[in-house]
Amino acid sequence: MSSHHPASAADGLRLQSVVDAHASLPGALLPMLHAIQDEFGHVPDQAVPVIARSLNLSRAEVHGVITFYHHFRSHAPGRHVVQVCRAEACQAVGAVALEAHAKKCLGIDFHETTADGAVTLEAVYCLGNCAVGPSLRIDDDIVGRVTPARFDEIIAELRAEVTA
Amino acid sequence: MSLPRNTDYGTPARASEKEVTLSIDGIEVTVPAGTSVMRAAQECDTSIPKLCATDSLEPFGSCRLCLVEIEGRRGYPASCTTLVEPGMQVRTQTPKLADIRRGVMELYISDHPLDCLTCSANGNCELQDMTGVVGLREVRYGMKGKNHFDLLSALTKEKDESNPYFSYDPSKCIVCNRCVRACEETQGTFALTISGRGFDSRVSPGESQLFMESECVSCGACVQACPTATLMEKGVIEHGQAEKKVTTTCAYCGVGCSFDAEVKGTTVVRMVPSKDGGANHGHSCVKGRFAFGYATHPDRITTPMIRKSIEDAWQPVSWDEAINYAASEFKRIQAKHGRDSIGGITSSRCTNEETYLVQKLVRAAFGNNNVDTCARVCHSPTGYGLKQTLGESAGTQTFDSVMKADVIMVMGANPTDGHPVFGSQMKRRLREGARLIVVDPRAIDLVRSPHIQATHHLKLKPGSNVAMITSLAHVIVTEGLVQEDFVRERCEWASFEQWRDFVAKPENSPEAMEIHTGVPAAEVRAAARLFATGGNAAIYYGLGVTEHSQGSTTVIGIANLAMATGNIGREGVGVNPLRGQNNVQGSCDMGSFPHELPGYRHVSDAATRALFKDAWGVEPQPEPGLRIPNMFEAAMDGTFLGLYCEGEDIVQSDPNTQHVEAALRAMECVVVQDLFLNETAKFAHVFLPGSSFLEKDGTFTNAERRISRVRKAMPPLAGKADWEVTCMLSNALGYPMDYKDPSDIMDEIARLTPTFHGVSYERLDELGSIQWPCNEDAPEGTPIMHIEQFVRGKGRFMLTEYIPTDERTSSRFPLILTTGRILSQYNVGAQTRRTPNSMWHDEDRLEIHPADAESRGINDGDWVGITSRAGETVLRAVVSERMQPGVVYTTFHFPESGANVITTDNSDWATNCPEYKVTAVQVTRVTQPSEWQQRYRDFSRQQLDLLPKTRREKV
Repeated sequence: MSSHHPASAADGLRLQSVVDAHASLPGALLPMLHAIQDEFGHVPDQAVPVIARSLNLSRAEVHGVITFYHHFRSHAPGRHVVQVCRAEACQAVGAVALEAHAKKCLGIDFHETTADGAVTLEAVYCLGNCAVGPSLRIDDDIVGRVTPARFDEIIAELRAEVTA
Repeated sequence: MSLPRNTDYGTPARASEKEVTLSIDGIEVTVPAGTSVMRAAQECDTSIPKLCATDSLEPFGSCRLCLVEIEGRRGYPASCTTLVEPGMQVRTQTPKLADIRRGVMELYISDHPLDCLTCSANGNCELQDMTGVVGLREVRYGMKGKNHFDLLSALTKEKDESNPYFSYDPSKCIVCNRCVRACEETQGTFALTISGRGFDSRVSPGESQLFMESECVSCGACVQACPTATLMEKGVIEHGQAEKKVTTTCAYCGVGCSFDAEVKGTTVVRMVPSKDGGANHGHSCVKGRFAFGYATHPDRITTPMIRKSIEDAWQPVSWDEAINYAASEFKRIQAKHGRDSIGGITSSRCTNEETYLVQKLVRAAFGNNNVDTCARVCHSPTGYGLKQTLGESAGTQTFDSVMKADVIMVMGANPTDGHPVFGSQMKRRLREGARLIVVDPRAIDLVRSPHIQATHHLKLKPGSNVAMITSLAHVIVTEGLVQEDFVRERCEWASFEQWRDFVAKPENSPEAMEIHTGVPAAEVRAAARLFATGGNAAIYYGLGVTEHSQGSTTVIGIANLAMATGNIGREGVGVNPLRGQNNVQGSCDMGSFPHELPGYRHVSDAATRALFKDAWGVEPQPEPGLRIPNMFEAAMDGTFLGLYCEGEDIVQSDPNTQHVEAALRAMECVVVQDLFLNETAKFAHVFLPGSSFLEKDGTFTNAERRISRVRKAMPPLAGKADWEVTCMLSNALGYPMDYKDPSDIMDEIARLTPTFHGVSYERLDELGSIQWPCNEDAPEGTPIMHIEQFVRGKGRFMLTEYIPTDERTSSRFPLILTTGRILSQYNVGAQTRRTPNSMWHDEDRLEIHPADAESRGINDGDWVGITSRAGETVLRAVVSERMQPGVVYTTFHFPESGANVITTDNSDWATNCPEYKVTAVQVTRVTQPSEWQQRYRDFSRQQLDLLPKTRREKV
């Protein structure tokens, strides 16, 4: 978002408008961070001083909140975000094995992105889909009864989709 | 053995009229409502274990070590966040609590490197203490697994040594958040946070930056709050824990913070702000806390020196020889040119006792009134203006009064830089909801910074203060906002009527004044209404008010405003001059002005003179002597030829440097008593080594009239304290001064000065500090003045007609230059430049608005020439939106900057206080230093070459 780059200047304007739209909410910081992440896929470092200025907070305060919540990312995620549920109900029906499989198959840990940029893996604690666990969330879709084999299929589909 | 620590009550004291009685471990205790159980327990000497709690910070409740049992309550509430209730029965020690605490501690210790023996906090570590207190005997979890220290190699890399005064070692961190809270609550900078969570938690300056790259202002509050060695002074890392402490008073700004100098032998290991310091309550800034290394800097000159002419090499001589030479020269000059041909200048950096002796030397030994002090160039208009209107030349409030203010008006002052510790207190009050009006040409930090936002910023043009203050008064009078009851009862009604009619004139309205101030009239009206109707309104002002051709008029205008709105004589209100230097108030109190004897009594008053004649055996002259600028004029005329200058660098700090230099060159005997070969000493014939505040006893009086002790922490490097040197000089001149100790001097001051009658070292030791007046009527001092009536009886309104300064912009000089200071450097920088504080600010720069920069083709960092009617200098530019178009700004901390080469001889009509804040200049891009700067460099090099060889090598 450096101002030397035309596309980045546009990003800057987009960021400012998201920030402005939330600045007057009570307890504005979290809704603002969510809105920025929804807009950009992550909360870029360059957004911190802009948010701080808007809410008259220090940069440290904003940084502290962003780094506290795993939900907020400071770098762009892969093309798809896959969240594995680690809550108790899913754990009771095989989520632990699913998690291990997911990490192994993708070759990454939580909060990381595959080398081809296709998938970012995240943990989540309950998707409200307990009756049909283990559950995954792929971007905005929730999938139940995910076995390791089903996981592989899903990932293959995701990869195919982007290479298509 | 390490030093015993002060009792930590865990949570701050609460004030309440309601008292609560409860029982703690069967002991009845009564405390104010709102007190925590933890504090109540400590009040009856029961210590509850704690880690995240400390009494300088609000309770946080995170460490879970301070759990207690309360009869009738479930569970184990944290005593720091649980408030006392009547009849509560608290148990602080039970087997169950012991178990829980050990369990908590076990978790802490399983995540801590156990290198206690080689740790810099060894002997002064709260984690160590608490581990001992809870009786932890084993760590069942082992030390393996994820933790803060196992990644020691990684974390060692994360160690942050960027700050010159303290280090940050994340492996020792227990994430108690005390540092973060101290930065927020105590200092108000919000530079720190905890980033990440769990084992990834780190103290993060800014956005996980280095301390030096973040907004950290190095006040030291975090270091002081840290219970472990995570944040630790490098002095302690180097020297180990100190063996004794000496409570003394900071020698920097007019806040007058109290410090415990922690000493090992003759080495000051660290300076820790004292919790019971009346002005600072345990807080500090980067100068007082850390920048004391100048006291032992190799540049210190510790041998007396003399020379016939300033072209000659300096001869190191004995004290006796130097003193006798100075005395014989002074006698010779007086014999040839008359009694009035010599004089003395004292400094706001001297103690009260030293200043008193210098003016006594001048009045009794020199036999004239040619004594002045650097307050001439800073707050002399305050002395004049407040004496005329209220009857006393001093601020009306105690600093703590700000905590009761609802509206705070800051005019021509920059507290977060100039008076940082008070600035922090003010910011705390602002965060509590007080509203703020800033009257300043620049957008200072208070206008907007994290959690602070001025309601009104009246961004006026430099030089238009009187127009502004009068138009604020116009609104208050014409909109019926005057507190008439107060005025009728407390003030001279006739003077009020006259003033009311004057300010009500249409030409004094904000609309009419807009052309001078440049501030939209509606904004001025809104600010005036807020000031008059927003509750307790307090005015804080600084040199941006006084250092003008109408400085005294603005001070008078401020007093008028306070009287008209009834904002004087109680807590939360008042007229508060923020004094620049540690002892401006004191040096003025001590009679260092040419027209006043100690206690602001005019020399023409026969009764006062008789009193001093009785005590001194010599009657002071009835006519005022020369002010500093008059001394320079007289020197140029050949009638003033000898000067004794103690602790003041007139060449660097007085306006129109080239004029000052010429005056000094014209003198025959200039005696400089200082720590360093300062700019003035380069024109001197006798150099007498001074002693720093760490090397002597005495007192300083801060901006709230608080007299505090200065206590010797190490012996004087040159063998003599400054008061002893003045005594020697006086004795050599034939006027005997025989004091055994500075306390004798204070006793003499107290005897002769009605406002000091009750002051003595014994009383100061007893009370900690005393705010004058302290006498039979007020044996414990007077935090707030003018409570029932003004010192002069009835308050007096005076007219404040706006007369624009002669220093106007023109096509040749289209910009206005104004000057100020910055947090890390202090005044002429003689002290702070000789410390790592220069890492924050290593040169003076010219701040310029982007529009002015652009039209001149100036980019950030370019060298620019600044030319005024008086001279020319060259600095690097900083392009900044803080400025308004047409106004440029610089600091004056570095001699080579020559900021005062450009300032002019214009001065305040009443007191001759120089008009530093308004100089018409032109700014252009240049490639080389100015002629003056080249001459300065050559001359400085020459003068350093004239020092004795051994000294030169050291320098």
